[in-house]
This record gives sequence, C-alpha cells and structure tokens, in this order.
Amino acid sequence: MSHQTIELKNVSKTYMRDSLEIPVLSNISLTVPEGEFLALMGPSGSGKTTLLNLIAGIDRPDKKGSNRNPYVNQIIVHGTDLGTLGESALAAWRSRHMGFIFQFYNLLPVLTAYENVELPLLLTKLSRKEKREHVEAALNLVGLADRMQHYPKQLSGGQEQRVAIARAVVSDPTIIVADEPTGDLDKVSAAEIMTLLERLKSEYKKTIVMVTHDPRAAEKAHKVMHLEKGELSS
Amino acid sequence: MRIRKLVFKNMMRHKLRSLLTVLGIAIAVMAFGLLRTVVNAWYAGVDASSVNRLITRHAVSFIFTLPLSYRDQIARVPGVANVTFANWFQGVYIDPDQFFARLAVDADTYLDAYPEFIVEPQHLETFKKERSACIIGEKIAQTYNLKLGDIMPVEGDIYPGSYEFVVRAIYKPREKRTDATQMLFHWKYLDERIRQSQPGREGKVGWYIVTISDPTKAAQVSEAIDDLFANSRAETKSETEAAFQQSFVSMSGAIITAMNFISFVIIGIILLVLGNTMVMTARERMREYAVLKTLGFTRGHIIGLIAGESLLISIIGGAVGLFFTFPTTEAFAAALPSGWFPVFEVAPTTIVLSASSAVLVGVLAALFPIWRATSMKIVDGLRQVG
Repeated sequence: MSHQTIELKNVSKTYMRDSLEIPVLSNISLTVPEGEFLALMGPSGSGKTTLLNLIAGIDRPDKKGSNRNPYVNQIIVHGTDLGTLGESALAAWRSRHMGFIFQFYNLLPVLTAYENVELPLLLTKLSRKEKREHVEAALNLVGLADRMQHYPKQLSGGQEQRVAIARAVVSDPTIIVADEPTGDLDKVSAAEIMTLLERLKSEYKKTIVMVTHDPRAAEKAHKVMHLEKGELSS
Repeated sequence: MRIRKLVFKNMMRHKLRSLLTVLGIAIAVMAFGLLRTVVNAWYAGVDASSVNRLITRHAVSFIFTLPLSYRDQIARVPGVANVTFANWFQGVYIDPDQFFARLAVDADTYLDAYPEFIVEPQHLETFKKERSACIIGEKIAQTYNLKLGDIMPVEGDIYPGSYEFVVRAIYKPREKRTDATQMLFHWKYLDERIRQSQPGREGKVGWYIVTISDPTKAAQVSEAIDDLFANSRAETKSETEAAFQQSFVSMSGAIITAMNFISFVIIGIILLVLGNTMVMTARERMREYAVLKTLGFTRGHIIGLIAGESLLISIIGGAVGLFFTFPTTEAFAAALPSGWFPVFEVAPTTIVLSASSAVLVGVLAALFPIWRATSMKIVDGLRQVG
C-alpha cells in the first residue's frame, strides 16, 4: 500500500483585490499517493497554479478551521501539516522536500548552468566535492553535462528548462511541482521535457504534481484532474 | 559558489550603472573629505592650542597694543608661571600673496611658552644673541628653500621700512597640527626701529602670552589679570588660547557653517545616488528574490544579497573617493596662496568620517529594497516581469 504524500482537506483560498473578495479555490480535498504523477488541468483562472502553490508551501490557504472542525484548510505534505510551520521553517521544509519547475524556467541570468543547479545546495551542509558530484549528476541526468559553464542566455528554451529540472532534482526532493513546464516550449522540446519528467517518476520514484494546459503533456501523467471555477473533478 | 559570489555577480550585472554609481560615491566622498579638511584647517589653531596658555590683549580689539610695562604686573598675578609677548608684524616677503605669520617676539622667553616648536639648543642660543636673527618654521624653510645663515629681506607695512633678518634657527613642529609656517624675530629689533622712525609707538606689544601653572584656574587668573588694568587707558581682555583662536575662526563663522552644512548635504547626495541604484536593482530582481525564496532561501539570505551589493558598491566608491582625497587635497592646498592654511592635512577623523559615511550610506540605501523584497509574497514576486 502506498503512503499518501499529499493530503488536502477542505482547502479554500480567497484573494483580496482592494476590498473585493475573490474566491479561487473552494473546499478542495485531494490525496496524492507517493510516486504518483498527477496532472492538473483547467481553463485560465481556474485556480490550478494557486493549488500547486499551496501544495508547494509557497502560499497559504484561508484561515484554518475551528476546534470543532480542525480538518478545514489543512494541507499535509509528506507527513507535515504545513499550517503549523512558520515562514523560516516552511522555507527550510521547501528546500528539503520540494523541487520546482516553472513555465519561464526562472534561472538566474548571472549564474552559469552549473551555478544555477548548485543554488539549492547552498542551503545544505554538503562539502564542495559532494556538491560538485550532485550538480554533475543532475546535469548528466538532463543531458547538459557539456553546457555546465553556459549562461542561460546562451541556451535554448528547452535547454533552460532542462537546467531548471536539474535544479529541481539536485537536492533529491521527494516531490516535484511543475507549473506549465512545457508552456513556453516548441513541440520537440516539450516532448523532451515530458520524457524527463516521466523518467523522474519511473526511475527516481518522485511524486510529481504538474499544472498544464497541454493535453499531450497531461497524457504522460498517471492521473489527470480538472479544476473548474475553483472545484476539482477527476 | 557562495552567496558572496552571487553578490559580486549581481553587482557586475549592469556594469555601467554600477560604475557610474561607484564614481558618484567616489566624487562625493572626495568632496566631503576636501570640505572637512578645509573646515579642520580653519580650526587648526584652536585644536593646537595649549590649555595652560592664556592670551591677554587689548580689551577693545586685537589691533590695539598694550604697554610693555604690563608684563611685570601680569607676572606677579598668583597662578602665572611665565609671561612673554609678541607683536603682529606682517610685512611682505617676496610677494604680498606669499602669506605667513611674521611675529616680533621676546627672544629670551617666547619659545619657553611654545614647547611644541622644537629648536636645536645651540641655534636657539645664536638666535637669542643676534638682534637681527630670526627663527622660521620648517615649512617656510622648505617653501622658500631657506637655510641657516640666509638673509630674509622683509618690507614692513604696519611698521614701514626695509628689514633684513638672518635665519639662525629652523624649528620643527612637535605634532602634525603644530603650525610650522611662522617667522619669529626679536621684538627689541623692531622696537629700536620704531623708536627711530616713529617715536611714540615704541614700547608697545601686541599681546601677552601667559603660561599658567594650573589650567583649571584659567578663569580666575584671567579675571585677576583684567582686574589689574580695569579703568586704565588700555584695559585688557584675557582668555584661553583656544578661545582667542576661536575668535578668529568666528570671523569666518558663516562660511564654515556653510561648508559644514554642504559637507553633510554631500552625504545625502551619495545616499540618493546609491538609493536610486538599489531601488532600481531590487525592482528588477523581485522575481529572482521570489525564486530564491521558493527554493528555501530565507529572509536573511535576501537581506544579505541586497545589503551585500549595496555595501560592496558603497565601500568601493568610498575607498576610491578616499584614495583620491589625498592628491585632491594636496592640489587644492597648492592652488591656495602660500600660508593660507598653516596646517592643511587630511585628518584621521576625516578618514574615519568619510569611510563610515560610505558604509552608513550602503546600509541605509539597502533598507527600502530589503523591506520590499522581504515583505513581498512569493506568489506576487513570481508573477512580476523582470
């Protein structure tokens, strides 16, 4: 029996725009077992990215439930109730458990591919040699060992996203969240990225939650869920 | 890679902008250093004053003389250890623009009151014995390439006539702040000339220098001296040497206040220059800070990145500015008429003030960008277009 890596219990999220309340997610409950590859689909503004951000611990749901019903707005990821963590603890938790892949790669332009991948390891106590081994292994995994010293502007979009994937896996997180990882890529590059994500799931047993508009990308996932007007359906 | 490498790479991201900011800070620090040096030069006389010296002058104005006969009466006042005197001679040596203090002094006692003027004992003895001898400061000797035995012809203006003095001693300043640009000669020589050329003006001295045994009794001794000559034809005003020097500085009070004000306005300008750069920098990088936070970097890391870059720019700018303060100050001093400021050097306090201003500006300029970057929600930062 597999463990539930991600559990969301009656999660709602409302944004405030001036004095206007905008409900984005409404009573979402979701479980993602360990090692699953889940794709979240839905139209723009449906709350996909918001849901991903909540799972990743970079945003907070609405206020937690009362003593009478504590299982409201509760997010448990890898056994940790994210609502109990302060900002610093949450940052440390993200660095240990989460790998991030963004639509626009979000590499630091002043750093080489090697240095970008090394970034998450700056928060660890690994020796310089160990860091080098980790970074080289991650860049080998994405097939960019020969581009280590290249800056992002010297790489194609697909290559940049592969560097971003290497950065996401270099600290060996348990979960990878990917927000439209193929959204800015051509078909060939998008296929390469999806193949890589599949490998991360099948060979490295990573739990992956991916937001996408792309049905071809979603096909690679084990499970596809749809968000519509803040409500989740299979 | 370490965080400080990222700080350095960030600084080098917009090389021209960073260079211009560094240059702006450097020029401002240099201007600040120069202005502080000018202000300090004005106060050099006050700073070099001795606490156990009083100056007794005419109560109406420094330009009126006092009778020589006061000397013995002052010497009898309790608390007075020694009395000597001097006259402001002025005159012209070579060129009216070549200014330095030329004083007629009591040759036997004057240097006892000024131990900060270091003179070879045998040279001092020669000076005391020869009526037309003079002692000059080391800087005057260097400026005019004067050696022992050289003749200094001086044309009198306050005391008209042609005077010739023989250099018999060159004094060295004991400290950097000691004035090494004075020329001292025998008051008796001047008095003899006056007796011949302007009968009736002889027997007068410009001011008395009173050495007191206990500096804490300066006020009582001053009062006792002035009481001696109250209601006389030449009433006196006695004060500490520092107060006497300060009265000269006060004559230029408005200029000095303006320079003091401008020097601190310059610090404000540096702050605006660097603050503008850091605000632009942080605004451009909000998305990157959000990514770093996403990866687990803490508020401390973000503060380190922004403050580190701000400090790096301000410290480099400050160091460059400080480095060029010295040649600029020298060039400025060279451009002034000789002897304008007897002591004109970049003081250690100016170096400390310039350096600490640069560091302070580095910290202050980072505060607003730090507040913006740390208070920004990650999700908002990720939405920003860099």
